[in-house]
Order: sequence, then structure tokens, then C-alpha cells
Amino acid sequence: MKLTLRVWRQRNASEQGRFETYEATDVSPDMSFLEMLDVLNRDLVERSEEPVAFDHDCREGICGTCSLVINGVAHGPRKATTTCQLHMRSFKDGDTVTIEPFRATGFPAVRDLVVDRSAFDRILQSGGFISVNTGGAPDANALPIGKAEADTAFDAAACIGCGACVAACPNAAAMLFVSAKIAHLSHLPQGAVEHEQRVVRMVHAMDGEGFGTCRNYYECEAVCPKEIPVSFIADMNRGYLKAALTAASD
Amino acid sequence: MNWLTRSLSSSIGNKLLVAITGIGLVGFLVGHLAGNLQVYLGQDAFNAYATGLRELGPLLNILRAGIVLVAIVHVVTAIKAARSSKNARPVAYAKHTRVVSSGNSHSMVRTGLLILAFVLFHLAHFTWGLTHPEHYKLVDGEGRHDAYSMLVLGFQSWPVAVSYVVAMFLLGMHISHGIPSLLQTLGISHPKYRPLLEKSGPVIAVLLVAGFVSIPVSVLLGIVPLPEGVL
Amino acid sequence: MNLDAKIPSGPIADKWDNHRFDMKLVNPANKRKFKVLMVGSGLAGGSAASTLAELGYDVECFCFQDSPRRAHSIAAQGGINAAKNYQNDGDSVHRLFYDTVKGGDFRSREANVYRLAQVSANIIDQCVAQGVPFAREYGGQLANRSFGGAQVSRTFYARGQTGQQLLLGCYAGLNRQIAAGKVRMHPRTELLDIVIVDGTARGIVTRDLVTGKIQSWAGDTVVLATGGYSTVFYLSTNAMGCNVTATWRAHKRGAGFANPCFTQIHPTCIPVSGDHQSKLTLMSESLRNDGRVWVPKRADDDRQPGEIPDAERDYYLERKYPSFGNLAPRDIASRSAKEVCDEGRGVGPGKRGVYLDFRDSVERVGKQGVSERYGNLFDMYERITDENPYERPMRIYPAPHYTMGGLWVDYNLMSNVPGLHVIGEANFSDHGANRLGASALMQGLADGYFVLPYTIGHYFATYSPDKQPITTDHPEFKRAEAEVNARIERLLNVQGSKTVDSFHKRLGRIMWEGCGMGRNAQGLTAALEQIPALREEFWSGVRIPGSGSEFNIELEKAGRVADFLEFGELMCRDALARDESCGGHFREEHQTADGEAVRNDEEYCHASVWEHKGDDQEPVMHREALDFENVALATRSYK
Repeated sequence: MKLTLRVWRQRNASEQGRFETYEATDVSPDMSFLEMLDVLNRDLVERSEEPVAFDHDCREGICGTCSLVINGVAHGPRKATTTCQLHMRSFKDGDTVTIEPFRATGFPAVRDLVVDRSAFDRILQSGGFISVNTGGAPDANALPIGKAEADTAFDAAACIGCGACVAACPNAAAMLFVSAKIAHLSHLPQGAVEHEQRVVRMVHAMDGEGFGTCRNYYECEAVCPKEIPVSFIADMNRGYLKAALTAASD
Repeated sequence: MNWLTRSLSSSIGNKLLVAITGIGLVGFLVGHLAGNLQVYLGQDAFNAYATGLRELGPLLNILRAGIVLVAIVHVVTAIKAARSSKNARPVAYAKHTRVVSSGNSHSMVRTGLLILAFVLFHLAHFTWGLTHPEHYKLVDGEGRHDAYSMLVLGFQSWPVAVSYVVAMFLLGMHISHGIPSLLQTLGISHPKYRPLLEKSGPVIAVLLVAGFVSIPVSVLLGIVPLPEGVL
Repeated sequence: MNLDAKIPSGPIADKWDNHRFDMKLVNPANKRKFKVLMVGSGLAGGSAASTLAELGYDVECFCFQDSPRRAHSIAAQGGINAAKNYQNDGDSVHRLFYDTVKGGDFRSREANVYRLAQVSANIIDQCVAQGVPFAREYGGQLANRSFGGAQVSRTFYARGQTGQQLLLGCYAGLNRQIAAGKVRMHPRTELLDIVIVDGTARGIVTRDLVTGKIQSWAGDTVVLATGGYSTVFYLSTNAMGCNVTATWRAHKRGAGFANPCFTQIHPTCIPVSGDHQSKLTLMSESLRNDGRVWVPKRADDDRQPGEIPDAERDYYLERKYPSFGNLAPRDIASRSAKEVCDEGRGVGPGKRGVYLDFRDSVERVGKQGVSERYGNLFDMYERITDENPYERPMRIYPAPHYTMGGLWVDYNLMSNVPGLHVIGEANFSDHGANRLGASALMQGLADGYFVLPYTIGHYFATYSPDKQPITTDHPEFKRAEAEVNARIERLLNVQGSKTVDSFHKRLGRIMWEGCGMGRNAQGLTAALEQIPALREEFWSGVRIPGSGSEFNIELEKAGRVADFLEFGELMCRDALARDESCGGHFREEHQTADGEAVRNDEEYCHASVWEHKGDDQEPVMHREALDFENVALATRSYK
């Protein structure tokens, strides 16, 4: 297969970016999208040009490091799939593929296709945990948790923090990410204790990072590689309303 | 009260205001439609209803002030949400594909502002009597303000009828996304009945639009006739 | 080299309790005066950093990923072992200890393994308290499954992503301490050297991967939690960023490297599809609970799998190991797969693959039942291979996955360099020559939550307080920084014509051929000649565009590959020196007639600990003798 790639190049956060066009020849349908970029980078380095920087690590769809907006869709055309698990058989010979970074105020540019997603870490630092120290935990089976509730908590906990929800959102909102962490912890009895304080703190931290407002387009849910449902956002909204009305001032 | 301003000015607080005022506006639409549909009961019933409204006196003014306030908050908070989104993505994508979201959801500000413009015209026409003072002055046999004839004469004018129908379609687009959206914002969602809630928007929109649009159509078809002796 | 393991005296079951009492404590008010430099933030590093901060120590934590949540611990799929005996199937601390020692083919340290089994139950309690959503039964109790190398169900799991869920729990605890200001986190920061002052580890030198800034950090101890070195093979199940740099730099500064040749080749990975391949994807070992492994009986049988009747299939694990069957330990399952492929009975393109078949399970519990257990793994397989495993058996082949070898540590998890602690996969102590499934997560968290936080206090309490407080102005820091800068300059100045990856791939092939699943003196000797030649070619032929003072992906990789090019040689040297077969180290010269490993306990019942003597000198091997007082040395049998 041959492809034409339009790739966003940007030296660093302070310089302007632009698109460069490259021809990718010898693309095999069994390659992953990132392996296709590896081959592009090999060619660039051998031609004494600088390779395209992109984030990646585990390449098996779980670490959440890979990103990219491919032809206008975060993580590309295949549903419930991270870029690293997207294979070139999803494209046709002769296609032009536009590759951009995740774009959002909350995700400042680093280089080329790499962005800084540390805003997510800071949001979680504001309350995305259960306040328990090591040691002294009761026996794990002392607190039975119904399977349905545990499964819901798991569905939310499956979030890999890749940020595709922000990238896909027309408003660059981070609510799917934030609501997934809140739902994970609030569906477990051990996490429910701090729920009200957590939801208020995390929402305010999210706002402080410059993410937009959710306007219920649900593009986030459509691109989420772990298929986190937007019903968690509804839960978060309700939780926030209740906490704002009834919780002790934070 | 610091907690209140802080909560309401957060992204979710702002959304909640859009949603709550949205409920108020949908409620108003339902009431307004219920009133308007009385036109099918004839001149006497409709004028009695209109006069009855006017006789509410100060209560009517309170209701009017309330609905104006709700509308202002709805517009201001919705625009604020839209603007915050612009700031959240300073560099636009060269290519951004919509995977699932509807055109209605992306045109909420545009349809909303067009509806607002229509509402001002609508008020100038039927409430303030500015556009057609000659219709506004009419009185019926019992000496009441002849709202019925004013309505029929108004809709017998093609430009008025067409602009009304267009505005109602815009309204339908707006609330078919607006209703499920406000339910989601208020936290009314569950995997079990989410499909039902999402359909509630288009269903309510179709019912409301059909109700409103039926009136000018009925006037133009002569189903709602002008009483004899008017003009 | 001082290799005193400091194993406490007394019966094995009492050693840890006695030791905890014997260790000195640090006054709570003094704890904040001690600074810990924690390198790595996966399960071991993250759990240790947060626990030490909770105790009151001052922690600086570093990781090369953009967030601690992305450490490679996240990729573990199958589960975590604990001797809870919730299933009432005869499990106990002693049985977990026994299984682990036997599974490691009697090349681990008994006392460490026993302690690991003891604290395993606490780990599950701790994780549940943090909100880790383990699988549960309808009654709300925790669910368990069995895993390779064990006949009891002691594995706790969270669908196919136990590693991610445990890491998120650990990361949440870390976040809490970061918010409290007790841990300062430095993501996208890579360790490039360790600073030793007067024989004690006192600091590190790092590079900020975004700006390229070289910086020194001084502290009271350095903890390496930097994972394993499977990427020496280039193709492995490890993340692309995994590397040996931290442990190798420490080794070059004096830390002993133990058993580098002990690597684990995991039996169930998706086979290689082409030259472009950048990494191999693991299919959780848990699949072997319900999947049956087979190849055609006849060589070069090109029929579709569905067309081959049962009578013409060789379910070779069930045939060779009737009592463990498809649940035979990893080293044995991997070697058996290689064996049948070497006989020409492999399947799929290139004939390097065996079937993992779910036909019988689908018949037994239905597609729905199989999907509930393994749905996400099946989806992943289909995404990668474009084949539907509900209808057609999976093709699998072994791939490098874990490294049991690592820096030598004593019972307190301190290396032979005072002040340098090593935890998790980066150390060597608990898994011997082969690790059992679901034990890596257990070890990482045991070290980080329940071992290091005690032993580090003992180190601080006994470490002479009259030492001058050290700052990064000390000449040793300046020297280390200058060396780091010089090395970066040297890499950038090669200006050759070949990419870093091309060297890494070539090294990987040498290692896989010479020091992979089967090893022999001839192959190892050849590898020992090829590696230095490749290293020389690297230093004259590699091309790294850009500069050191910017985000430079080629420079990052080049530093890591340069270290692998040195480390690979030590690995082969160790494999050559260990003239026996044990666990994952299979020396083809030492096998029974039916291909089972033959250990040599007379000569090799020890850990081989290598001392670096300088770049142009051969390393020296030291031995830590391993005594087996509680599990009798025996031929490991899973028949």
C-alpha cells in the first residue's frame, strides 16, 4: 500500500506548527499505525531529517500513552481501539491521511504530535483517590461488594487516561475522564465516603486547567478506546449538584 | 453564599443553569401551546382565555418577569458555555470529523439566537401590537380585546405565517437536542433507560412543533375562520 | 564484593517477624529529614514512594513516562497471587512459598520468597481498600482463578487488566501524597547516572526529556524501581520505553548484577507478522485455563485448523504433562512450543506458532461464557490478527516477557552499594530462574508496600548521621554530570547513517538466536563475538538528528540501546558461565532424553553476581550460595 501523510510538525510549544506531506510506500496491512510511522521515521532519519515525535509506549492499548487525531478522529477510524492497536488494514491504498496532535488548551504542545497531558494528573491529585494509608486495611472480603456494583466500578476504572475524550470533544471538555474516575470510586463503598468532597474538588480542578464545558455531543464516548459511557457524566453532574447544595463547604 | 456563586460559575454549575432554565422554557412552551390550541374552540372561548390572562394583573407581570429572567439566564449561560469552549481549543483541527453528534447539537447557539429574534418579532406582533396596530385594536362583540381575530388576520399574512413556521422548525431542532441534553445535565440518565430519554427530545419536539404549526396552517386552510363582520 | 545477604536467623516462618523487631526505627519527627530518590513509578516504585511519604519521608520520584500511571506494570493482564485460601482449596503461605521456590527451579533465595508469600495477603487487603475493582462473585466476595504452575486458585484478577487496576490504585495513593506535597513527581525525566560519594549512593543525574536539561539530585538513598530488560531482545512484550539504563548505570558504578541470563519467555504471545514488527503482544496466560494448546501431528500439515480431526492433533502439553496439562509453567510451555515448531509442526505464516483452541470451551460454556472471561483479550487478538478466535484457534508463540535477573540485593533489598536499594523487577531475588504467572505484581507491591518501608528505616537509623549533608555542589556530582554530558555529545557527534532502531533490531536478533529460549556454548560464544562488533559499529555508524537540548526521541533511544549493547554481552557471558539448565535458562547441552531441563545443583546452586571492572576489562563473577533448608532440592516435575 502507498499512502500520503499530512503530518503536523511543530518544533516546540513556542513555535508555530505546520503540516508537512510525506509519501509512505511499502505499507503493509498488518502493520500497526505506529509501526507505519516508525517506517516513516526510519526514512526521515536516513535522509538526515528529523523524525516525527509521537507518544507511545506499551503498544498494546493499555498504557494510554499513544494519541493522534487521524483524519479528524481521535485514535482513528476503528471503534474502541487505541492508535497503537489500529492496523493499516483500516486504510486503502492511495488514501491521504491527516495526522494531528490532540489539540486543547489543557494539553499544551510539546513537539510535533506530542502534547503535555499532565493536567489529568493534577485533576486526579485534587481528589481522585481513597484516603487510606498503607497497612491496617481490613480483610479484603470483610466488605462484600455486589457484582453489579463492582462491575460498574470496573467499567469506569477501565479509563486509560489517554485524553481522546478531550481531543474529540468539540469543546475540548474533560468530563468523560473526570466522571469516570469519580464513578469508579463512588460505586465502591470504600470510595463513597469521600464522594461529595471529591466531586467538587475534581470539577473545580478540571475547570482550572482550561478544559471546555460539556455540551452533550457524546463525541467522547464514540472515540473512547475503553467505551466509557457518558452516563457517568450524568452521574457526576448529579453528584456535583447534590454536593453543591448539601456538602459542608470545602 | 460564596459556595453558591462558586458552584454556579463552575462549568457544571453553568450547565445546570442552562438546563434548569431550559426546563422553564419548555414548560412555558407547553403552557403557551395549551392556550393557543384554544383557538380551535372558537372566538368566544379564545378571547375569554386571553382576557382571563390579562385579568391576572400583577400576577401576570410577575409571570412575565419570571419568564424574561429565565430566558435571559438561558441565553447568557448558554453563550458562556459556548465561549468557554472556544478558549479551550485555540488551535483548530485541520480536519475534525463528527462521529456521532447531530447537526442539531452543533447549531444550538444559532437556532437559539434565531428563535430569540423571532420571539422579539412575535412579541412586537401579538403582545405589544407594534407591527400590526390595526389588528391589535380590534374588539369583539362583548367589548373584549379580540385576540382571536388578531391571530387569524396575522396568520392570513403569508410572511407572518411562513416566518412562524420556520421559527417553529428551528425550535424543534433546538429542543430535540435540548431536552435529552438537559436531562443528562441534570443527571437523569441510566444505561437501562438512556435510549428512551434520548428519544424524548425528538418526540416532544415533534409534538410541540406540530401543535404550534397547526395553527397558521389551519388559518390558511380556513379551518380556523375569521369571524364575520371583522374589518 | 560483599555479598552478605543478611538473612535473619531462626525458623523461616519467623524470620521476617524477628527481623522487623530487630530493625532500628527512625523517630517520626526525624523522618522528614531523610530524602529518598525514587526512580521509577510502577507498582514497586509508586507503592514505595507513596508509602514512604505516608511515613513522613521526603520523596522525589522520577519516571521517563509522561505520567506515573503509564509505567509498564499497567500492561500486566492476568492477575496477582495471594495466599488467602479464600477458595478453601488447600492454599497457605507455605504452599505459595513452595510453589514459587519450585517454580523458580531452586535458584531463588528461600527467605525472600517466604516473606513474599507472607505479605501477599496484605497486598490484596491494601488494594481493595484503595478501590481496586477486583473480580467478584455474585455474593460480593472476591473471585479467584488458577494460573500456570499452581494447582490451587489463588489468583485475584480484574478482567484482563489487573496490572492497570493495581497501578491505578497505587498511582492514586501516590497522587494523594503529591497533593500533600510529600512526594515531588518528575515525569518525562530519565536517570542517566548514579552518584556515589564515599562508597554510598547519594544521588542521581537525570535528563529532562522535554528540555534536555541535565540535572543532579542529592538524597539520603537512591531506590531503583526501573523494571526489567526484556527489550534487550528488541521484540518483547515490554513497552517500547523499557530499558536497562538505570540498573546498568548502577552496575557500572559498583552494584552487582545477578543472574542476568535468567529471562522469561512467555508462551502465549501473538506471533510475529513481519519485519516492521515493533513489539509483541501478550495474550494473558489465564487463557490456558480454558484454551487447549495443540499442533498437527504431522509436519507441514497445511490444512485449516478446523479440518484437522482430533486424532491428528497433538495436544502436546496435555500429553507430556498430564497433571498440569495446559497449565504447565511458562518456561516449560514455551520450550515445548519451540520444540514442536523446530520439528516443523508449527502453524501460521513462517511456521512459528501453535494453536490455542477454545472450541471445547465454547461447546462447554457457550460463546457468552467464554466472552465473559476473556472478551477483551479476544477482541485484542482480532484487532491485531484480523482472525476471530471464537471460530478459529488463536495462534500463539513465545516471546520475551520478564527478567528474573537484576541487581543483587540483600534481604533488606539493598544492593552491595550502601544506600542503593532496588525493588520490583529490577532486583533479582524472588523468582529464581523462572517466574510463575501472577507473581510479578505480587512482588512489586510486596517490595513497595510492605518490605522497603521497613528496611529503609533501618538503613537511615544505622547510617552515620555525622556525615556531612551533601549537596549537588559536591565534586562527585559535577564529575557525573560531566560524564553524562560527554556521553550525549559523543552520541550526537557520531553522525553516521543508520538509525538507532536498526542497531537495536540487530542486537535483538543476536540475543534471540544466541541467548533466547534455547542456549548452547557455541551460540553464546558466537554472540559474544558479534555483540562487541555491533557495539563498535553503533558508535561509528549511528545517526541522531537534532540536539541534546530539546525533545529528541532518537537521542533517548540511543542512550538506552548503547547500554543494551554493553549489557547484552554480560547476559551472554552469564548464560555461558551457567553450564546447566534451570528454569528459563535452558542449556541445550543439559537435557534429558525427552527434552527436560537438567539442573546441576552441585556446581550451580548459587546466584551469579557480576562485578564491573571497567569498560575494557572482563567482569568478575562472584557467587552467593543458595541454601534450601525448607524445600528440598528436587527435580522439578509437572508430569
